[in-house]
Amino acid sequence: MANKSTDLPILTGAQALIASLERCGVEVAFGIPGGAILPAYDPLYDSSIRHILVRHEQGAGHAAEGYAMATGRVGVCIATSGPGATNLVTPIADAYLDSVPIVAITGQVNSTFIGTDAFQEADIRGITMPITKHNFLVKRTEDIPESIKAAFHIASTGRPGPVLVDVAKDALTGRAPFDFEDELVLPGYKPTSQPHGRQIKESARIICLSKRPVLYIGGGVIKARAWQELADLVELTGIPVVTTLMARGALPDAHPLNMGMPGMHGAVSAVGALQKSDLLIAVGTRFDDRVTGRLDSFAPDAKIIHADIDPAEIGKNRVVDVPVVGDAKAFLGGLVESLRHEQVPEYTEWTQYLGGLKQRYPLGWTEPQDGKLSPQHVIQRIGQIAGPDAIYVTGVGQHQMWAAHFLPFARPAKWLTSGGAGTMGYCVPAAMGAKVGAPDQVVWGIDGDGCFQMTNQELTTCVLNNIPIKIAVINNGALGMVRQWQTLFYDKRYSSTDLNTDLVPNFPKLAEAMGCVGLRATKPEEVDEVINQAMAINDRPVVVEFVCHKDAMVWPMVAAGTSNDDIKIARDMAPEWEDEVL
Amino acid sequence: MSTQSTHTLSVLVDNKPGVLARISSLFSRRGFNIESLAVGPTERPEVSRITLVTTVDRPDVLEQLVKQLNKLVEVYKIIELAPNSVQRELILIKVRCNDTNRSAVIDVVGLFRGKAVDVGTESVTVEATGSSDKLAALVTMLEPYGIIELVKSGQVALGRGQKSITEKNRVALRAAN
Repeated sequence: MANKSTDLPILTGAQALIASLERCGVEVAFGIPGGAILPAYDPLYDSSIRHILVRHEQGAGHAAEGYAMATGRVGVCIATSGPGATNLVTPIADAYLDSVPIVAITGQVNSTFIGTDAFQEADIRGITMPITKHNFLVKRTEDIPESIKAAFHIASTGRPGPVLVDVAKDALTGRAPFDFEDELVLPGYKPTSQPHGRQIKESARIICLSKRPVLYIGGGVIKARAWQELADLVELTGIPVVTTLMARGALPDAHPLNMGMPGMHGAVSAVGALQKSDLLIAVGTRFDDRVTGRLDSFAPDAKIIHADIDPAEIGKNRVVDVPVVGDAKAFLGGLVESLRHEQVPEYTEWTQYLGGLKQRYPLGWTEPQDGKLSPQHVIQRIGQIAGPDAIYVTGVGQHQMWAAHFLPFARPAKWLTSGGAGTMGYCVPAAMGAKVGAPDQVVWGIDGDGCFQMTNQELTTCVLNNIPIKIAVINNGALGMVRQWQTLFYDKRYSSTDLNTDLVPNFPKLAEAMGCVGLRATKPEEVDEVINQAMAINDRPVVVEFVCHKDAMVWPMVAAGTSNDDIKIARDMAPEWEDEVL
Repeated sequence: MSTQSTHTLSVLVDNKPGVLARISSLFSRRGFNIESLAVGPTERPEVSRITLVTTVDRPDVLEQLVKQLNKLVEVYKIIELAPNSVQRELILIKVRCNDTNRSAVIDVVGLFRGKAVDVGTESVTVEATGSSDKLAALVTMLEPYGIIELVKSGQVALGRGQKSITEKNRVALRAAN
């Protein structure tokens, strides 16, 4: 022990940081250097880590998220102190709400300057405390390896999430023995991944007593890569499934028992399944307000089995009958084993009722009368032409909901979207990160004209770093979802939602200015042509503008603050539930 | 349905800078009440102990509070202390007095097993420890003389009996599976 430290190599903090990242298996990092983080960029120059120089730190953060979602590994972003770090705040908050494992490394001013309002000083640890799973301020060189190791461990285990490591500049320039082998001691961090056998048994027992059970599947099933166990469970029991926005693709949409996406813009069959159920088996999901609508009328007759890796989610919004703390894969797998020995009842009447809803109220749209493109048709065609193996990434708003409805969800972990935070601007940088993580897969971003204008600068990054993503700009000339609310609830007073994209920018030209291929479709017969053209280009990013109808709306809709029972399939049109069937 | 209840939590945390900020930020962000909070070192230098008194409207709020606290990486353990645990606050009160009523003031303080810690010609400063009810009674008794200023510590508390918070057989408020 005494001579242990003398055997260790002496490294600068910057070298130790990069060496630690390498040992954590980091292959790619997205970032921008600056004063305080500058020492770290010197050893990074010689490192095996591919550093992708983004154009805005927000892009680095979302790219790290996209990389993490596409690969299942931890995404890494790097920024300097002050504004560099604060530009990461939005993607960190996004990753926090959607449980995406990322590690953000930020430079901090010299430890002796901290607290003096020094140049480019911001208390990024304080700022990100409520939006990180954990964060560190490292002021001593010798603490760097352990902090990095802990950051990766915390980000990727239990409920995944963002971890920020803020490193003072003098910690980067100082020298210390490099010890990466020390065992990690985190006495306050012991996530429960193995669910209790008794709770699995109890779940199985009440499933067998239920008449109208529903598997309410959330993003945790994707994070835990538990789709096979889910498929096995559905196969074994015949229990119908709803997949939340974050779980689209967990079970193929074509599966007869998949009732679709529940929620504010959910399918009638999915919303109806939840509302009429007598047992929700909620897995890796958190009873978000976008799914439940008014909580006091959500799934009023249902008992609840709630399995989640985060105990704090259980009972947070809804009283639970069977709480199960643990990993979705272990829970679903355990449930399959347990139910194999039980007499699971037939749910035919129930699934027929839901199947009837699905048939009577399919997702659809009305064609626009003004000769412009139907955004839903465009998105559906992209999905049909690119196929179920492509990775799809969206921004936030109407186009996101249409993408969630009309893309071909046949494979898991091919769907990247900003769910909890609803971050406009997520699409382009997240698509970039996904393509870096999965270079052999086609990556399509489905973006809106509003979202696209927030973060399109990362297309420059894509061009320079050979990241050939494809971005569809669903241009309806407006902040469409806000406009939809103004149409429905604000008497068509379109306050500040018209983006005037008929004037500027010229999206294909903007794309070309950044070195991408820019395409545009304005007529229905051009849609397939430009999609096929985009599919054929693999050496550069492609941006395709689709000039769409302005007043297309997302239906169905449960208006904010109302009950799921009041879902509308179009303006003033409610589905007929045929309650007497049950 | 809404019935307010007060709870005393003992929280063992990593003795590192920023931990208190993390805990208070969690309370404010999630809208939990802190009635009183006291932090200090423990018998182990790497561990601090926070005694936290909170009032909640519903039992599930307390459950959520404990679960959220448990998620903090720097929080090691949380237990709720029973109502009969030893609970103490310290109060310092500067009371107006003169030669004629000084001994009366000190007599009152004596009844509460407090004592004078500073005396001047026009005031006396007294200290007392006890439960918050007892100290409130003391303040009521001293008010007629005129309270110039007072300061109170947060509550500290320990469970009764020989067991410690760190012993395994103690029922911890870890989220039950």
